[in-house]
Amino acid sequence: MKKLITFCISLLFSGFTFAQEKEQATIKDTTKLKEVIVLSRRKLSNHRQQKTLSSIDDYLEKSNKITMIKRGNYAWEPSINNMNSERLNVTIDGMQIFGACTDKMDPITSYVDVSNLEKVSIGSGQAGTENGHCVGGGIDLQLPTSKFHESGLKTSVDLGYETNGNYRTAGLDLEYSGNRFYISTDGVFRKSDNYDAGRHNEVMYSQFQKYNISLQTGYKLSENNTIDANIIYDRATDVGYPALPMDVSLAKALITSISHNYSNDSTFIKSLESKIYLNTITHFMDDSKRPDVPIRMDMPGWSDTYGFYSKATTSFNKHKLALNLNGYYNRSLAEMTMFPNNPNQPDMFMLTWPDVRTLYSGIFAKDAYALSKNETITTSLRLGYQHNKVASDIGLESLKIFYPEINTTKNHFLTSLSSDYTLKKQSYNVSFGIGYGERAPSVSEAYGFFLFNSFDNYDYIGNPNLKQEKAIEFNAKANYNTNTFHIGLETSYFHIMNYIIGDIDATINSMTIGANGVRVYKTLSNATIFDAYLNTSYKFSKSFSVNGTIGYNYGKGSNDKNLPLIKPFSYIAELSYSKKKFNTALQFEGNGNQSQYSNFYGEDETAAYGLLNLNFGNVFYKNKNKFILKYGVENLLDETYSTYANWNNIPRQGRNFYANISMILY
Amino acid sequence: MNLKYIIPILFITLFLTSCSNDDDEALITNEVEGLLQIQEITNSTHTIELFSKSGMFTTGYNTISMRLKDNETDSYIENASLSWMPMMQMPNMQHSCPKSSITKAIGKDTVYKGFIIYQMTNTDGTGWTLNLQYSIDDIDYTASSSIIVNQSDSQNVTSFMGSDQSRYVVALIEPNNPIIGINDLIVGIYKMETMVAFPEVTNYTIALDPRMPGMGNHSSPNNTDLSYNAADHLYHANLSLTMSGYWVLNLKLMNDQDEVLKGEDVTENNDQSSFYLELEF
Repeated sequence: MKKLITFCISLLFSGFTFAQEKEQATIKDTTKLKEVIVLSRRKLSNHRQQKTLSSIDDYLEKSNKITMIKRGNYAWEPSINNMNSERLNVTIDGMQIFGACTDKMDPITSYVDVSNLEKVSIGSGQAGTENGHCVGGGIDLQLPTSKFHESGLKTSVDLGYETNGNYRTAGLDLEYSGNRFYISTDGVFRKSDNYDAGRHNEVMYSQFQKYNISLQTGYKLSENNTIDANIIYDRATDVGYPALPMDVSLAKALITSISHNYSNDSTFIKSLESKIYLNTITHFMDDSKRPDVPIRMDMPGWSDTYGFYSKATTSFNKHKLALNLNGYYNRSLAEMTMFPNNPNQPDMFMLTWPDVRTLYSGIFAKDAYALSKNETITTSLRLGYQHNKVASDIGLESLKIFYPEINTTKNHFLTSLSSDYTLKKQSYNVSFGIGYGERAPSVSEAYGFFLFNSFDNYDYIGNPNLKQEKAIEFNAKANYNTNTFHIGLETSYFHIMNYIIGDIDATINSMTIGANGVRVYKTLSNATIFDAYLNTSYKFSKSFSVNGTIGYNYGKGSNDKNLPLIKPFSYIAELSYSKKKFNTALQFEGNGNQSQYSNFYGEDETAAYGLLNLNFGNVFYKNKNKFILKYGVENLLDETYSTYANWNNIPRQGRNFYANISMILY
Repeated sequence: MNLKYIIPILFITLFLTSCSNDDDEALITNEVEGLLQIQEITNSTHTIELFSKSGMFTTGYNTISMRLKDNETDSYIENASLSWMPMMQMPNMQHSCPKSSITKAIGKDTVYKGFIIYQMTNTDGTGWTLNLQYSIDDIDYTASSSIIVNQSDSQNVTSFMGSDQSRYVVALIEPNNPIIGINDLIVGIYKMETMVAFPEVTNYTIALDPRMPGMGNHSSPNNTDLSYNAADHLYHANLSLTMSGYWVLNLKLMNDQDEVLKGEDVTENNDQSSFYLELEF
């Protein structure tokens, strides 16, 4: 293992030296790999974006492939292809980062804000393995690239207000860009009180407050070489989780990286990006705001990750090749202290994550081969080696209660392989793909110790003997376009072997007061997940259009039980009118009745709902300055509703008026 | 001599001195190192020094180390044979408690070892007298003194009347320092045959159900029942503790015919067995 890492690091540095040797002035590189889905800030034409100041969560929510699982009004958990956290690979600009909460109250997406990012790239299934292994897909939250625009100082100010929850947002962005040097800094502050569900029913403990500041700077060493440094500090306090028995008093992250970029069109290596990074997360879960609990407890967690990657791209003949070598070291520790109601009794303590150290190193290669002018075959491969170690003796002894033979270490060798064929013609395009992927069990799945899941009301015990989860995946896409009409179908099928999920163990007594029992992570011999989306749009005129999407999802395990958190029939229809300086849209969205709910895994049938949203956008110019105004109303009819993705059926927001203004000052 | 020779020589001497000092200290071995003296019991000829880890007697199981010193020569006697009889003075009667014989501590020249299980004490710690009998070179001696036995914070010993109309004393011996994980639970069971005779009970079993009353009275998995070990005459089990804190070990005593002598199962309506021990860490 150590040898492998030494090898990787030396390769990384050899990349540095290699890159620096060839400094030739050439044409600027304009060829960039295309993102699967690109959402960028301040693009008025993008109908997915109704608010300039919406959170990452709101952004992701608007994507077809993504559903956000909500435990409150903050820190939603993304799900792709009906699979969440463990089955996804979520990274920040290629950097591995892991939440520090045993109850998934801090998905990675909650530690960055829109102001930090340039775009989000989402890969479905094995298309998401560029930065790590996954089954369901990958999300890479990409930081801005170097900007040597010579545009001088640019300031932008964002202000937002929403009536529901008295939600206030403010953002400030300063950017200086010269020809060899740039620096940009931004800050965002968000604060919301409890929101109201439909008919003014206040949802208690749904408040939150957070700020995020970041600094990015870069220096151009030569025509082909730049050095960038990025630091993000994100701090949320007083975050309520109405769906859970506990809240969060502090969730903070420090995310830092230094990277070197080399690009040159005339050399064999077209671009080479190398980065070293570290991030540290502290997460304090507590229940001090809850008036009535059976027992008071504190549940802090910590997660630190150190890593590097080196990405190279090249093209020759009809090949476009991308290589990525990466490695990281993570430490995850979480504990729980319970304070007995009888003050004479000592505090109760346990380690819920036993200081698990994960060391990963892997290599990724992707080749896009142009068969002809219209046809491309893309093949990708990721090989990785993961080493887990339980570093705490207390944690190890705890787990020995269940697994007397447990080893302190466990190794996984992981493989991901995918291939797809794309045919692009003027009026239509089709693509077929096949993939195979593996993932190692997560820290909770392998080593969690009495983790209470309020969804099914069971305590969960990890299982260090779990096998890797493996998935075979098929996907297909077809689009047909005319000048005014578009129709597209997108579908994925997953056959997952060793599907990891909790299984009831009736012999174990639950620890949490009021829990139904204990579940131990086991593997189902297989599970099947299928999803299909049909998109269509029609342009009545240049500025007036209608679009709609319907979706169908299915998930079942080999135990003949429905899988939890499978999206029911869903639809969204939008009528939009868009001019250069004004746009408006009326949206109708909803879900069908959740008939395929999973009683066994703690779900009940969520009723169908339908919502109307209305939004407007205006752009003004004054002198050289630009003003963007966004306003609208969500849930126009003040529906009381909950979705299948709402933890414990907490109701969603009722009617909400909002307004955002962005000022870009030169 | 040149200075550059003097300095190394100085250093070498310094090192050597310090080394030889260490050697000298190592030669003197303190056989009661790490133990605290509880008290001394003196008669006209000898002084008996009593030691334990905590430096005091407490209710429950006490491991006791002792040395016997000749008052005239101040030397420790290595060839004595000792026995003891702790006695509790009650308002209208006297009784003793379970205890081991006294043997020479393994690997020690001057230290003797044994255990006493005090099943009760007065609130101020008084009431107990420790009577010692010993012989050296076939001459018998006695010594006696009142002792202080402090009440333990948690119930690590219990005595009760079984359904067979016999009185039993049950004491927790291990774990001394419980861990979150699987602990070796060791318990001693003694029958009170007379006021002074507390023989070990053999081949009974004790059902074990550890619970945390402070947290919904939850249990823990993979415990085993206490069973008799003929080698050390004690009862052994696996006790798994899933967290630190206050635990109640609910017990149910069964004789060799599997008849329940004391204790009940913990159920929805019964939080605790009438036969239990406590553990805190």
